[in-house]
Amino acid sequence: MPTPTKGARLGGSPAHERLILANLSTALFEHGRITTTETKAKRLRPLAERLITFAKKGDLHARRRVLRVVRDKGVVHTLFTEIAPTMAERNGGYTRITKIGPRKGDNAPMAVIELITEPVSPKQAVVKEATKAAEKAAPAEKAAPAEPEVEETPEAPAAEAGTEEQKES
Amino acid sequence: MAVPKRKMSRSNTRARRSQWKTTAATLTTCPSCQADKLPHTACPTCGTYKGRTYRDALKTVNAG
Repeated sequence: MPTPTKGARLGGSPAHERLILANLSTALFEHGRITTTETKAKRLRPLAERLITFAKKGDLHARRRVLRVVRDKGVVHTLFTEIAPTMAERNGGYTRITKIGPRKGDNAPMAVIELITEPVSPKQAVVKEATKAAEKAAPAEKAAPAEPEVEETPEAPAAEAGTEEQKES
Repeated sequence: MAVPKRKMSRSNTRARRSQWKTTAATLTTCPSCQADKLPHTACPTCGTYKGRTYRDALKTVNAG
């Protein structure tokens, strides 16, 4: 569930913001990648991802809920039939925002928001954690074998001695 | 309504404006073309960011 937006609306009024975001999401699903200002991209992201979640559900109710925002039936059709299946493996994070620097004219910070089309890679955060853990474990292991060897050597003769004693007795 | 009683001297105006300063932008080096670029931003010279290309987007932004 997206966090409610605080502060002023885009375009001045709530109605205007809804229109702007509806148009932006329509354009995003139509073209897959759009260039807009950073602020608009950041506001668009939760809405667009929510719509994709509806599209992944795929039933008529979900389709009608998407149609409340995206008025274009053709775009909704592509969203449900083409975009949703590609996102089947992905659990959220369907869009990516990349900053591309300030715009000439009004110096507004611009960004590209795009649908992620690459196949899902194994969780990189987990991999990083795993490698870090392995690095930590490796020196510990190097240190660890030295200690058990020292411990084992006295124990082993003792154990052997014990067995020998038992045998002798 | 409160209004100024005296004309502000040229000296005072200029003293105030002497505090209008800019700061240098933080720059990083693009890993693919070694040009200066803003951090966390697609490179304006070669248009790449983390192995992806945004050249077309940069073109449309800088055209206007």
